[in-house]
Amino acid sequence: MMERNQSADLLFEISKPGRRCHRVPPSGLPAVGLDSRFLSGGSPPLPEVAELDLVRHYTNLSARNMAIDSNFYPLGSCTMKYNPKRHERLVSLPGLASPHPLQPDKTVQGMLAILFEMQEMLAEIAGLHACSLQPSAGAQGELAALLVAAAYFRHRGENRTRVLVPDSAHGTNPASAAIAGFDSVTVKSGDDGLVDLADLESKLDERTAVFMITNPNTLGLFDHQILDITRKVHEKGGLVYLDGANMNAILGIARPGDFGADMMHYNVHKTFTGPHGAGGPGSGPIAVRDMLEPFLPSPMVIRDEKGGYCLQQDRPLSIGRVRAFFGNVGVLLRGWMYLRTLGPNGLREVSEQAVLNANYLLTLLRDHIDVPKGAGCMHEFVASAKILRREKRVSAMDIAKRLLDKGYHSPTVYFPLVVAEALMIEPTETESQETLERFAEVFVSILREDPETLHEAPHDLAISRPDEVAATKQPVLRWKSA
Amino acid sequence: MNPKDLKYAKSHEWVRVDGDTCVVGLTRFAVDQLTDITYIELPKVGERVTGGEGMGEVESVKAVSDIYAPLDGEIAAVNDALSMDASLVSRDPYGEGWLVRIRPAKDGRLDHLMSAEEYTRQTEGA
Repeated sequence: MMERNQSADLLFEISKPGRRCHRVPPSGLPAVGLDSRFLSGGSPPLPEVAELDLVRHYTNLSARNMAIDSNFYPLGSCTMKYNPKRHERLVSLPGLASPHPLQPDKTVQGMLAILFEMQEMLAEIAGLHACSLQPSAGAQGELAALLVAAAYFRHRGENRTRVLVPDSAHGTNPASAAIAGFDSVTVKSGDDGLVDLADLESKLDERTAVFMITNPNTLGLFDHQILDITRKVHEKGGLVYLDGANMNAILGIARPGDFGADMMHYNVHKTFTGPHGAGGPGSGPIAVRDMLEPFLPSPMVIRDEKGGYCLQQDRPLSIGRVRAFFGNVGVLLRGWMYLRTLGPNGLREVSEQAVLNANYLLTLLRDHIDVPKGAGCMHEFVASAKILRREKRVSAMDIAKRLLDKGYHSPTVYFPLVVAEALMIEPTETESQETLERFAEVFVSILREDPETLHEAPHDLAISRPDEVAATKQPVLRWKSA
Repeated sequence: MNPKDLKYAKSHEWVRVDGDTCVVGLTRFAVDQLTDITYIELPKVGERVTGGEGMGEVESVKAVSDIYAPLDGEIAAVNDALSMDASLVSRDPYGEGWLVRIRPAKDGRLDHLMSAEEYTRQTEGA
């Protein structure tokens, strides 16, 4: 195998005084003296490198990445799906790439038309009435929606202080509730992995502002009690929030608004193929029922009386801006292209294929590793290495690390918290039958390996197991010159 | 592996009665489940705690989990060494990695806690 480990040293380490990528010729203009108060003592300690060394540095670093374009990436809970390359070409068209957010509305009618249509399409897929495209990621969408809920109850003169969250929820749910000023209350899951109705009922009362539910949930199960759940929450005057992280399983098949959700967010960067990873860029639009529409962030794109489009700034009940300008428009554009390419029937096929792929992989794996709720699944399923850990001292982490050696990105591990030694696997709709079969073969072969080999994995990567405690406790955030 | 002279809570804390206070820590099982511990937040001396309710948090590279008070009472002492080195809990959960001392409330009871044998049975099933 080719030694890929060269030239990934820090730029500071390969720096040599006087080296440059470019030498700027003298401008010929007279120098202007700056007041000495504004001058620093000397040059900043920036690395000095030649262009080729710079290019190699970044190219070699990029080759260490595992990406959806190079490797199967079955990351449950954070849908990592293929990003069609056509979108990249289209978003770089001048009409889409060059508008400035401060241009007058009448000079960006095409862009506003796309954003308006995106609002409408997302509201329709949600089965809800209105949509704000502003939030720049799922968690910010959650926070914005909870602020909308708080504004709604304040407007009605109701004092509701609690947000209920199932124990299988994404950690962002209780965090968003806390940041929005609510007390977060945990609702237990039953043995079937679904919401424990009795526990929900015991915690529902007139203090409940919102019940947040992920459906399908993080175990990859559709909570069939959903109509019962949303009715119970509504009877107590609360709102139902749907965490849309798992929309990939139900697009065009079930609409959250139809099963009782009053608010939801999308992850355009997941479900609708915005390329993402390493923290961004995301896009987390929120859709809401009609009575919540006045409270949505400002501005919204609306049609004016002449049939054109404009930004509606005058929204007196709005919670205000949650993001500069109009959110992550680049991601929204890719999402719009995806929806436009597929259409309603194509979108439905996405979910059908995603669910079929996950179930096929489940049947290939469940005889080899415990899958606690493994009778069937939606778009993802959660295996457990609990028995392996007890019998062979092999943990979910060991399996995940060994997969890297074999050229597969690890699934999400140790989440959801309700499953011990969890491995959460989501293949997505675009993987072929052969890829799934090959992955299953490799996965099963890892389970048969000597535990020692697994404890020390990954063996073939530039970095094996980083010291996560040291990385948390003593992070090295700045390079210091010797 | 769970010391026989300790009492155990369902939520994976151990309790050792020591004079008029109770020493509380996390069990080996809990520590193994958490994996590498990075940070522990404990109540302050003098704070009142209620049995079964959260009194602190433990953060590992995997997740943040609540630490529950195993009995009603008042915090009499806190293991300050943990603020410097939380890994003491992983290395020596029943010794140097103790968390707090609780002075039990007047009517404080311990009879809801499990014996080592009962606790071991609970965790083997888990």
